[in-house]
Amino acid sequence: MNALVEVDNLNLHFPIDDGFFKEKLTLRALTDVSFSVEEDETLAIVGESGSGKTTLGYTISGLLTPTSGRIKFGAALGGHSQKRPVQLVFQDPFSALDPRMMVGDIVAEPLRLQGVSRAERLQQADDVLEQVGLPAESARRYPHEFSGGQRQRIAIARALIAKPKLIVADEPLSALDVSIQSQILNLLNKIKRDRTISYLFISHDLGVVHHLADRVIVLYLGRIMEIASRQDLFATPSHPYTQALLESVPRIGRGRRKPGQALKGEIPTPLSPPPGCVFHTRCPRAQEVCRRQIPELLPAPGRPEQLSACHFKD
Amino acid sequence: MSVATPALEVVGAGHVAQPDRPRLLRVSSLSVSFPGAEGRESEVVSELSYEIAQGETLGVVGESGCGKTMTSLAIMGLLPSGAKVSGSIEFDGKDLTAFSPRQWRNHRGREVAMVFQEPMTAMNPVMKVGQQIAEVLVKHERLSKRAAFGRAVELLASVHIPSPERRAQDYPHQLSGGMRQRAMIAMALACRPKLLVADEPTTALDVTVQAQILDLMLELQDTYGTAIQFISHNLAVVSEVAHQLMVMYSGRIVEYAPAEDLFANPLHPYTQGLIRTLPDIAQPMAELYTIPGSVGGKRPSGCRFSNRCPLADARCREAEPALREVTLSHHVACFKVN
Repeated sequence: MNALVEVDNLNLHFPIDDGFFKEKLTLRALTDVSFSVEEDETLAIVGESGSGKTTLGYTISGLLTPTSGRIKFGAALGGHSQKRPVQLVFQDPFSALDPRMMVGDIVAEPLRLQGVSRAERLQQADDVLEQVGLPAESARRYPHEFSGGQRQRIAIARALIAKPKLIVADEPLSALDVSIQSQILNLLNKIKRDRTISYLFISHDLGVVHHLADRVIVLYLGRIMEIASRQDLFATPSHPYTQALLESVPRIGRGRRKPGQALKGEIPTPLSPPPGCVFHTRCPRAQEVCRRQIPELLPAPGRPEQLSACHFKD
Repeated sequence: MSVATPALEVVGAGHVAQPDRPRLLRVSSLSVSFPGAEGRESEVVSELSYEIAQGETLGVVGESGCGKTMTSLAIMGLLPSGAKVSGSIEFDGKDLTAFSPRQWRNHRGREVAMVFQEPMTAMNPVMKVGQQIAEVLVKHERLSKRAAFGRAVELLASVHIPSPERRAQDYPHQLSGGMRQRAMIAMALACRPKLLVADEPTTALDVTVQAQILDLMLELQDTYGTAIQFISHNLAVVSEVAHQLMVMYSGRIVEYAPAEDLFANPLHPYTQGLIRTLPDIAQPMAELYTIPGSVGGKRPSGCRFSNRCPLADARCREAEPALREVTLSHHVACFKVN
C-alpha cells in the first residue's frame, strides 16, 4: 500500500494568555503525533472528548497550522500541501449547511472555488446528490427542507464533488438517530466501494469504528496511545486505556451491569498534562516508572504491526 | 387518522416480573395532545399504560419524536401549557392528574425528581452548584441555608465528586460534563425521591464517563431503593440498567417486557430492527441493517409502523394493533406475532 498522507512528529500547542498578571500557559492539544494514512484506507481516530481528535482532523485538513512537525501528502500528489485533496464532513449537519443557499449551490461550492461554470457545477451537483441517495430535485431546495440524515448526505455530497483523496469525517453520525446512523454508515461504505478514497474517521463510538475502520488510532490527551489494525485492536487491545475504552462500551446481552468496573476519574486538563505517561493518573497498572518516563510507541509483544505506548503493555 | 383502538389491558395482571416489589407508579391510558393548525390536534402520546415498581428501573427506548420525553414530562407535571392530557397517572396511591399546581410543587423534588440530558442547560449558570442543591432542601425539608449547604456538600461526596467542599463553591461551567451530571444527580436525590426520571442522562457523555454515571445510578438505587424511569435512544445503554423495558414508536408502546425477555426474544419488527441497527463490537457485518424511512411526517393509517415495516400487509394498514400479552408479561402490539 502507498501512503497518502504522512504525519511526522506533529505538535500543536496553543498559548493561553489569561491576562497580564497571570502566568502564560500552553495548551498541549497534540504532542508528538506520527502516523500515516494509506490509500483506500479507513483510519479511525478514537478517544474521549478533550483527547485531540478533532484538532488532529482539522490540522490534517489545513484548518489549523501545527506548531511543529510535518504533514506530507504522497508523492503521487506532488506533495502539494496548498491544494490538499482533503474534504471535511462535520458533526452537526444543521450548522454545517448555509440555510440561505440552495442545496445545489452548497454541494457545488468546492467547484466554484476551482472556477467551474455554474451550469457545469449544478450538473455535477445533481450527479453527486444522486450518488448519495437523494432525489435529483434536491438541488433546487433549501437545507431546512431536509431531515438530519438527509442533510448529512448533502454534506457528504459536498465533500465528494471535488474528488478528494481523503475525507476527514468528524463524528458524522453523532447528531443522528440510531436507525439513520446505520443508513449513513452504509452510504460511507458504498462510496468506498465505488471509488478509491481514504477516510479519516473521527468518532467516540467504538461500535461504529469496529464496523467501518481498517486501522484505529487511540488518542489520549493529545498523544497516540495505540495504533493497530481493527482486528488486533478489538481482539487483543494492548494499551490499558484501549482496554478500558472497550470495556466501557454498552453491549446488549450482558444483562444488567455489575458496578465497579468503570475507568476511574476523568481526562486531565491539557494545560498541565501529567508527567511521564499521560494516562498514569487513571491507569490500573501504573507503577513508579509511569510517573517519570514517557513510554514510547512500540510494537506489542509478538504483534509487530500493533504499536502501543505503555511500559506494561499486553 | 386515528382508527378506533381497543382499550389496553396491559398492566395489573400482566406485570409480574417483580412480584415482591410493591407498585409505585401506574400510568393508564395516558394520552397527550397539542392543538395544531386548523383546529386539528396532534397526539404525541397515545393510550400509554405501564407501571414501575419500587426500586425498579424501567427503560424507555425509541427514536426522537416517539414521545419518550413527553411521557416523562407528563409524570413530572411539566408539560407545556396547552397540552391536553387524558388517562390517569397514579403515584403511590395518589392520582397525579387531579393535582393542583401547588400540590405539584410539593410533589416534584420530594417524591419524584428528574435528570436531564445536558446538565449545562438544566442548571442555573449564575448560581453556585452547592446553593442549587441546597435550594431544594430549604424548600422541601425546611432546613436553614447553612445546614442545607452542609448537606449539599455531603450529597456531592455521595456521588463521588472529589473535594466536594470546593466543588460546592463552583459554578456549573467550572465542572466537566461528567461532574455536572453527578451534581445534577446529587440535586435530584437531595430529598430521597421515590422515583427518578432520567431523560438521556448519559447521551452527552463519553463512554468512560457514561459507564461511571451508570454505575453511580445503580449504586444509588441499591442504597436508597429509588425507582428509575430511564429514557434513552440507545438500547445497549438501557440494557445495562433496566429491569423492565418499553419500546415506543410514534407515541405508542410497541413492546413492553422484562429486559431479559426482550433481548432474548424481541418480538416487534421495530424492536428487532433497533437491535439489528446497532453495530456490535463482538461480530462485524458487511452491511448494517437499516430500518427504511424515518419517524415523523404523516402517520400512516393502521399500525403506525406499517410504512416502515418489512412485514406489513393490508390488515396492518387498516387497523391499529393493540398491545397484548403474548407470553408471561411480554407485551407486543403487532398483528404478525402469534
